[in-house]
Amino acid sequence: MKAGTKFALGALIIVVGIATLITLGVRQTGVYFLSPTELLQRTQADPSFHDVGLKVGAKVVPGTIRRDPANQRIDFEVTDGIGRFPVTYRGIVPDTFTDANDIEVILAGKLGQDGVFHATEVLAKCGSRYEPELEHLKQST
Amino acid sequence: MILLGQFAMWAALIVAVWTMVFAFSGRWRTRAEVATALIRAPYAVSACLWVASLSLWTAIFSHDFSVEYVYSYTSRNLPDYYLFASFWAGQKGSLLFWAVVLSSFGALAQAVTGARYRDLLPSVAGVTSGVVAFFLVVMLLGDANPFERLPFVPPDGRGLNPQLQNPGMVVHPPMLYLGYIGMTIPFAFAVAALFARRLDAGWIHAIRRWSLLSWLFLSVGITIGMWWAYVELGWGGYWAWDPVENASLLPWLTLTAFLHSVMIQEKRGMLKRWNLGLVIGSFLLSILGTFLTRSGVIASVHSFTQSNVGYFFLGFMIIVAVLCYTLLYTRWPALEPEAKLESLASREAAFLFNNLVLVGIAFSVLWGTLFPILSEAVRGTKISVGPPFFNRVNVPLGLLLLLLTGIGPLIAWRKTSIPNLKRQFGAPLTAATVALAALIAAGMRDGYALVALGLAGFVVGTVGQEFWRGTRARRRLYGEALLVAVARLVGRNQRRYGGYLVHLAIVVYFVAFTGGAFKVTREATLRVGESVEIKSPYGHVYRLTHLGVSQYEALNRRVSAATLDVRRDGVRIGTIKSEKRQHVDSFGRNTFQPSTEVGIMSSLREDLYLVFAGTVDLTERGSFAITVIPLVWWVWFGGVLLVIGGLITMWPRGIVVAPSIRPAATSARRAEEREPVAV
Repeated sequence: MKAGTKFALGALIIVVGIATLITLGVRQTGVYFLSPTELLQRTQADPSFHDVGLKVGAKVVPGTIRRDPANQRIDFEVTDGIGRFPVTYRGIVPDTFTDANDIEVILAGKLGQDGVFHATEVLAKCGSRYEPELEHLKQST
Repeated sequence: MILLGQFAMWAALIVAVWTMVFAFSGRWRTRAEVATALIRAPYAVSACLWVASLSLWTAIFSHDFSVEYVYSYTSRNLPDYYLFASFWAGQKGSLLFWAVVLSSFGALAQAVTGARYRDLLPSVAGVTSGVVAFFLVVMLLGDANPFERLPFVPPDGRGLNPQLQNPGMVVHPPMLYLGYIGMTIPFAFAVAALFARRLDAGWIHAIRRWSLLSWLFLSVGITIGMWWAYVELGWGGYWAWDPVENASLLPWLTLTAFLHSVMIQEKRGMLKRWNLGLVIGSFLLSILGTFLTRSGVIASVHSFTQSNVGYFFLGFMIIVAVLCYTLLYTRWPALEPEAKLESLASREAAFLFNNLVLVGIAFSVLWGTLFPILSEAVRGTKISVGPPFFNRVNVPLGLLLLLLTGIGPLIAWRKTSIPNLKRQFGAPLTAATVALAALIAAGMRDGYALVALGLAGFVVGTVGQEFWRGTRARRRLYGEALLVAVARLVGRNQRRYGGYLVHLAIVVYFVAFTGGAFKVTREATLRVGESVEIKSPYGHVYRLTHLGVSQYEALNRRVSAATLDVRRDGVRIGTIKSEKRQHVDSFGRNTFQPSTEVGIMSSLREDLYLVFAGTVDLTERGSFAITVIPLVWWVWFGGVLLVIGGLITMWPRGIVVAPSIRPAATSARRAEEREPVAV
């Protein structure tokens, strides 16, 4: 067998291996990434969806954050403007999870039968922090 | 100053567009004065952009809050070094920074490239100016002008985000940008070579240092980014497979592939098309990262401002990709390989597999990063993959890569004989076996960790053997002292031995990452005097006792600091302190939400990492997260080693080997024949 052919075979094995790793990886570790409305619709249509671990991208409803530092627990509500549900999380939230008005969060966890989202992970960002205020300043002058 | 800055940007844009148009109209071929003007144009563009940049810095340092950018990212009580760094704190300044550095690189490339490549230079000027022009268009027409003014003058600025107030801010973004930007120069030479149909190895020689430099900056930028995330973000890790991190890893992977495959082209005239494709691809990936992070199409925890700027980048990327790959396609027949692969047991084959794995890793990272968009487009639902996906796919591929890192240097170009294989593999395989035996004896049972550390032993054995043989040969021939022999060995073949040091650095990274997989975390709420215990993966027990919370004011913030006493297996080893900081402006008003400063007690074996999450009910009772992570120190050490190796590789040649002292038929000569000096 020519060296080129041998290499092509080896390359084929590697490529197939990588493709398999990716496919299996996605199948076994991929989770739904939903908005609150989508999640509520799905759980209504199919109650077993309550037990599915997934991710939710939403905004925190201003004024709903209750912190219980003694138990390292935090409760708040999230919305995408339509759907809305409470969230509970045990652990320490990142600094970016603030009481500001426009924080976006990515939650991992399950929406329980009790209607509360039990988060196992909370990521937060507040990237557009400056702009609204600046717009406000511009208009006021 | 602001007007001057604006004016300078427009002037730069005009010159850059002129350069691009004339470079690609090709008229300079017949008119020497046009060619000369094109070669000099990058200096003018760069000078204009330096004027613009200095204007912005002047506005920042003189607290001219009528400039929206200055208002948004600085304040009167910000220390000078953060004022300096706030230039790239926001998107608009980052774009200007990118443009000014790119134009300087473009000018530098014209200055340092030898006359041999003079016929490529006008096109190179055209490409670099074209990319600069794109950035200027984004700033001037895409609502991202750093000189935009407010209709009034606020008394103080908004201040710099506390998470950016870290020494990492001064070095990490510039390093990463220098890496991304440096990629434009190899790209420009590749396009120029295609355009001018000068498809010999000339362009490859012209960009050798540029691609190494860009790779080195990217590596350092990524490592400092890991350090910054580790000390600033408080989740007890340094890599989270966040899209922004992935975006920096992608071009690093393809550039690493290129640094290896380019050697095959130099030595054997193979892989010409692949190399061109890789350089163009690396450049596109550096733009892709900017698009992903600025457009908001991918959810990331990095808080970049989202704006229409992202779509400028998407459009630019598509246009560049179509133009460049079409250009490559039209030159396809001229890029026939000059040689064929002779044996699977050859250096070429090892490098080909290395390239395949690197590009495979890049593809899987890209796939995982884009998967939410892909699945939404195809199936209508967003599916997201996280760290479990990336670890599952990349750990095996990374280990395969580590194996190839060990094998590559051991086998000869073209083909290797069986006796040679035996001679070469003995020591490295022994090193791997010893490493494995020691780990198993020490009680390590984790499969992946054993493979990783065994392979690490193999690569260290390979590198050690190369140094040992080279040094021994010199000592026999010239009777040099040990250190002199090592120094001259490296000095006379910088690229080879610098490269080996980089391999060692990569091994150190892998070992450190393996340690990171064993981290343990514990959360606790403690009254003063109360303790918590955490067991390290090595079996020690750390006992932390809450000593109390002190409050004081510092430079531009109010601080609550929790201090804990630390004992390891009953022996006191010191205290660890973590802070909550409330930043204030010069009027004492709060700016931003409180931020956390983690406490880290580092040792060669493991780090103790403390996060103070705040007090309870206004008492000193504190809420904490405590993490023990093995081998973190080695990540930073790997970074240092990598820089040393990288610098050796590209350092301008000081000592030149005089041909007369080259030995005739000696063992040193044999060693060199096995792997000819790479220049």
